[in-house]
Amino acid sequence: MKTLDFKRLRLSIIVFTVGFSLLPLLVLGIGIKQRFSSAYQDALRGNLRTLVESKRNAIDLFLNERLSQVTTLASALSFEESSDQPALERIFALMQSSTRYYIDIGVIGMDGYHMAYAGPYNLEGLNYKNEEWFAKVTSKGVYISDVFLGFRKVPHIIIAVLRREGNRSWIVRATIDSDIFESFVKRVQMGRKGDAFLLNDKQVLQTNPRFGGHAMEDMELPFRVEGRFQGVRVQELTVSHRSYLYGWTWLENKDWMLVIREDPEDELRPLFEAEYLVWLLLAGGVAVIIAGTVIVTNSMVRRLEKAEREKAELDANLTQSGKMAALGKMAAGVAHEINNPLAIIREQAGWIKDLLEEDEVKAVPQFKEIYDSVHRIEHHVERAKTVTHRMLGFARRMEPSLHEVDFNKLLGETVQFLKTEALLRNIDVRLTLGENLPPTKSDPTQLQQVFLNLIDNAIDAIGKNGQITLTTRYHADKNELAAVFTDTGCGISPETLDKIFDPFFTTKKPGEGTGLGLAIAFGIIEKLGGRITVTSTLGKGTTFTVYVPAV
Amino acid sequence: MDQARILVVDDERDYNETIVKRLRRRGFEAETALSGPEALELLSAKSFDVALLDIMMPGMDGIEVLRELKKRTPEVEVILLTGHASVESGVLGMSIGANSYLLKPVDFDELLAAIGQAYERKRLSGSGS
Repeated sequence: MKTLDFKRLRLSIIVFTVGFSLLPLLVLGIGIKQRFSSAYQDALRGNLRTLVESKRNAIDLFLNERLSQVTTLASALSFEESSDQPALERIFALMQSSTRYYIDIGVIGMDGYHMAYAGPYNLEGLNYKNEEWFAKVTSKGVYISDVFLGFRKVPHIIIAVLRREGNRSWIVRATIDSDIFESFVKRVQMGRKGDAFLLNDKQVLQTNPRFGGHAMEDMELPFRVEGRFQGVRVQELTVSHRSYLYGWTWLENKDWMLVIREDPEDELRPLFEAEYLVWLLLAGGVAVIIAGTVIVTNSMVRRLEKAEREKAELDANLTQSGKMAALGKMAAGVAHEINNPLAIIREQAGWIKDLLEEDEVKAVPQFKEIYDSVHRIEHHVERAKTVTHRMLGFARRMEPSLHEVDFNKLLGETVQFLKTEALLRNIDVRLTLGENLPPTKSDPTQLQQVFLNLIDNAIDAIGKNGQITLTTRYHADKNELAAVFTDTGCGISPETLDKIFDPFFTTKKPGEGTGLGLAIAFGIIEKLGGRITVTSTLGKGTTFTVYVPAV
Repeated sequence: MDQARILVVDDERDYNETIVKRLRRRGFEAETALSGPEALELLSAKSFDVALLDIMMPGMDGIEVLRELKKRTPEVEVILLTGHASVESGVLGMSIGANSYLLKPVDFDELLAAIGQAYERKRLSGSGS
């Protein structure tokens, strides 16, 4: 019979159960995480877009206001008023009283020299005719410069407006501290790695970024800019192995670009924390599922194993019983067939013996030889008879006659039969009888036969010098009586132990044992509704236990 | 008449004849029958005290012969012999009226004792009736 591989069974149950329970959990976890994170990323991009837009609008508005202020100033003043130094200083003081954006204001003639100047610097005698902005404003009428140093070596921008009156032209020029833009973008520089700055169309920085450069230096951008475009662009880009979210847009009134960089790690921290929690919960869930599966599977497999073991025992018992029945029939048949010729042989020998009593026969010289020979024939017929009779005894399928039997008394009587034999061989027989044993309904002769066989075997196993311990007890839980026969004999090897109850199996020399003693004992006890078990250690001894149901 | 008259019924001729020779040697009047019908025939022709009856015989077995014998000549005592340890048949035989039941191969002295006992019983019951 094939026995189940319980280790493999256990493993496959655990693997499948855990697999099937974790799969949906993991899919759910990963799905939620991805949806959550993509929603969060979308929100992050949206926020950045809004931020870039609002900053651009603020800078545009600022530039617009300044430009319209200077334009208004230029158109409000006549040529005479413009060249009037005190008047300009008054107007400048008025402008500064409301806003502090301007550094100075100058009115410059077409010759490049100041007609009037209001401001903190002494620019007397400077000529702007060859300056770049001078040419630009002359040709375009209005000009806003990039950040540059100028004569004063301070970074600034200028707003210049050309005014014509009749055939006279002049330029009104205001200087604005470029720090003002710095303050615009500084306010959006967030997080540890966030940044914001302005660039002109040649990618020259107009403000100081936090990382990688200063105003009026070239800036390396991680994205390509191909001309002006409408609206805001947002993109995730990797700079020196770190991922950033960039948003950029062109100003409306100036060929400047606003760039804002955000560190998603800063922004995503709440998301990571949520994610961490999710992973923690998931790990907890996984641990609980695995632990539960292992515990359930273990107990299940243990039960299965127990059931299998009991089934195997039952099978073994049934096999043994079946074997007994079949062998019993065969033994009876064989015994009968042999008994008849044995009977004839015996009678022939008997007849020869009868004839040997005749005087003439006694006178034959070989008389003694013949006489011995006949005796031997009789002797060996006797020997064969014991074998066939025992075989028939084994095969006997009669109902045992049941009486109430006192287990202890019966065992005590049985021991008496073999006491002399044991004494001769220096074997100590000890009785440990349980007290107040209930009686058993049994066939006393048959039970005694079993006890006799077991004690006889124990004596044979010991040979000389040893001890036999006989114990009786009552198992209340199963309502059965047990008689335990323990010897300090030679023991039985495991291979032999399997065959020990088989009929005709013997370890004794030919002629000494029939190999039926234990088979008969097994059959008797089985018929009495009990069982025999055996345990043995080679070299140490053997223990037979007979169980019979108590009344 | 001091010695019993015995009929030995067995299908094994060798067994039968040897037993008869040994019995005659001991002064018994003995006859053989090799089957049930032959035995019944002999019994009706001649009177016997004890019949040794083998249970396992081809055709009519010992139990049937016993039944018939007890009907026709109930005074004859019967000793059943068998090579088969079928205790049921033994008990059955005894209940029908057999005197005793012996297992082959039987010890000759034992057989003589059984015959003696059966003959004794026959004589007692005979004198009683």
